Amino acid sequence: MNTNLFRRRNILSLFIIVFLYIAVQLMSNLGIIDSYIMLNLIIIGINIILAVSLNLITGFTGQFSLGHAAFMSIGAYASAIATTKLEQPFIVGILMAAVSAAVAGVIIGIPTLRLKGDYLAIATLGFGEIVRIIGLNVDYVGGATGLNDIPQYTNWTWIYFMVIATVLIIKNFINSYHGRACIAIKEDEIAAEAMGVNTTYYKVLAFTIGALFAGIAGALYANYFYFIKPDSFGFMKSIDILVIVVFGGMGSILGSIAGAVVLSIISAFLQSIPELRMVVYAVILFLIMVYRPNGLLGKFDLKDLKLFRKGGKVNAGIKGE
Amino acid sequence: MMIELINVNVYYGIIHALKGISFHIDEGEIVTIIGANGAGKTTTLKAISGIQRIKSGSIMFNGKDISKSSATDIVGLGISHVPEGRRIFSNMTVMENLEMGAFLRKDKAEIKKDFNKVFELFPRLLERKNQLAGTLSGGEQQMLAIGRGLMSKPKLLLLDEPSMGLAPIVVKEIFEIIKDINKEGTTILLVEQNANMALQTADRAYIIRNGEIDIEGRAEDLLKDETVRKAYLGG
Repeated sequence: MNTNLFRRRNILSLFIIVFLYIAVQLMSNLGIIDSYIMLNLIIIGINIILAVSLNLITGFTGQFSLGHAAFMSIGAYASAIATTKLEQPFIVGILMAAVSAAVAGVIIGIPTLRLKGDYLAIATLGFGEIVRIIGLNVDYVGGATGLNDIPQYTNWTWIYFMVIATVLIIKNFINSYHGRACIAIKEDEIAAEAMGVNTTYYKVLAFTIGALFAGIAGALYANYFYFIKPDSFGFMKSIDILVIVVFGGMGSILGSIAGAVVLSIISAFLQSIPELRMVVYAVILFLIMVYRPNGLLGKFDLKDLKLFRKGGKVNAGIKGE
Repeated sequence: MMIELINVNVYYGIIHALKGISFHIDEGEIVTIIGANGAGKTTTLKAISGIQRIKSGSIMFNGKDISKSSATDIVGLGISHVPEGRRIFSNMTVMENLEMGAFLRKDKAEIKKDFNKVFELFPRLLERKNQLAGTLSGGEQQMLAIGRGLMSKPKLLLLDEPSMGLAPIVVKEIFEIIKDINKEGTTILLVEQNANMALQTADRAYIIRNGEIDIEGRAEDLLKDETVRKAYLGG
């Protein structure tokens, strides 16, 4: 398996990854990419991390969560406290964000993941509100006015490599033995249990990994926009993330990336008329549900791209009847 | 005795689903539990495989009480449950479904051998090994569900209504295979509504009614039994 690392395709994808990074960085230095475009690139990056991590929970493991913004919020506050109040470097902020969101994921996951479907959605929605209201009432984090003067550490480099890390880690998780267990739970929980899959463990595991990356997204957000307040991470933010996942395709990482890019751009164009934004979202979702009920990319995913396909798959040949 | 249930009680909320069920299965047997809808057949299997908690009583498997063990541990001990309605993973390929069956096993070489065993039992699955399981016919899906159940290398295989929704000729085929599996050394507990077919296949049978064992005996005797014929075999 290790030799696969050095296959031509992997070298090619590595090359593309590095090239894209350098290209944008250069264009940014030369002023071709101005601060407005950069702002949108950062937003796209944050949305990709949020959508891919929620997709792990909702799309791959089948656990319907409406509280993803709460994990982002926890990460944002953790990083803001680390970098502002404790004057730590950004990496410490990101680590604190990841750890605290993941811990919250475990604590919330263990009791709520016994619930199914609508009940889980309501419980996670409640969790999101609890986090928001705690934020509003704790003076240490500024209450309703939020935290100000957070140092701006997030830049193209951080965003880019955090997105790459998120996508790679979650992709590898899904393709692993453990990922297969998560997909089995989504497919049929009782059958998964009958196969010996410890369903509670894997649901909490997926929830925790998802929460961890949402926390990182929160850190990147806080350390880019200087200031955060509890209301930035309310119910609507969770819905925003869910819309990206559904739009792109449940259970498709590539779909989440595409969804994040498309919806972030649409949302940037609608910046001046915010009232229209939700209307346009609704129309887009409606069209997607009618014409592509499995999402923009449906089941098409990274592994279907030639670039990411592993060499020498045994599955060639035998087909159909 | 391979497995013995002693006075097992199961409740769904306030509904008393299993009312002190006791029975046993010896190694190498095919035992069937038959009975009407809602009699508690599926609940009995779920109780054995740990998917349904029991309220009281004990389930002894090879001398060990498994009534408090988790479903995961029970699979590890060698009990495999092929659930009612097949419940295959429809968006996974046939091969991936079988791999899920071997989820708890680490002995890769042995797993490979067992793939081949399953494909010998069900040659049609080999033809379709890279097909999505959801695109298989009902009979093939049932074969896949049984094959998947065998991949955990069970000592005891629990089959819940393998004949459900299948054409008579396919049912016959499936029951022949069940006999073959048994001949190769796997003990089988078969739950069925198709009493005729089940009694022709099994060594012994228990008839369950309203959560209680009503009649028990050798399968061939029950096939001839007047009351059983009237109540369960359509006269």
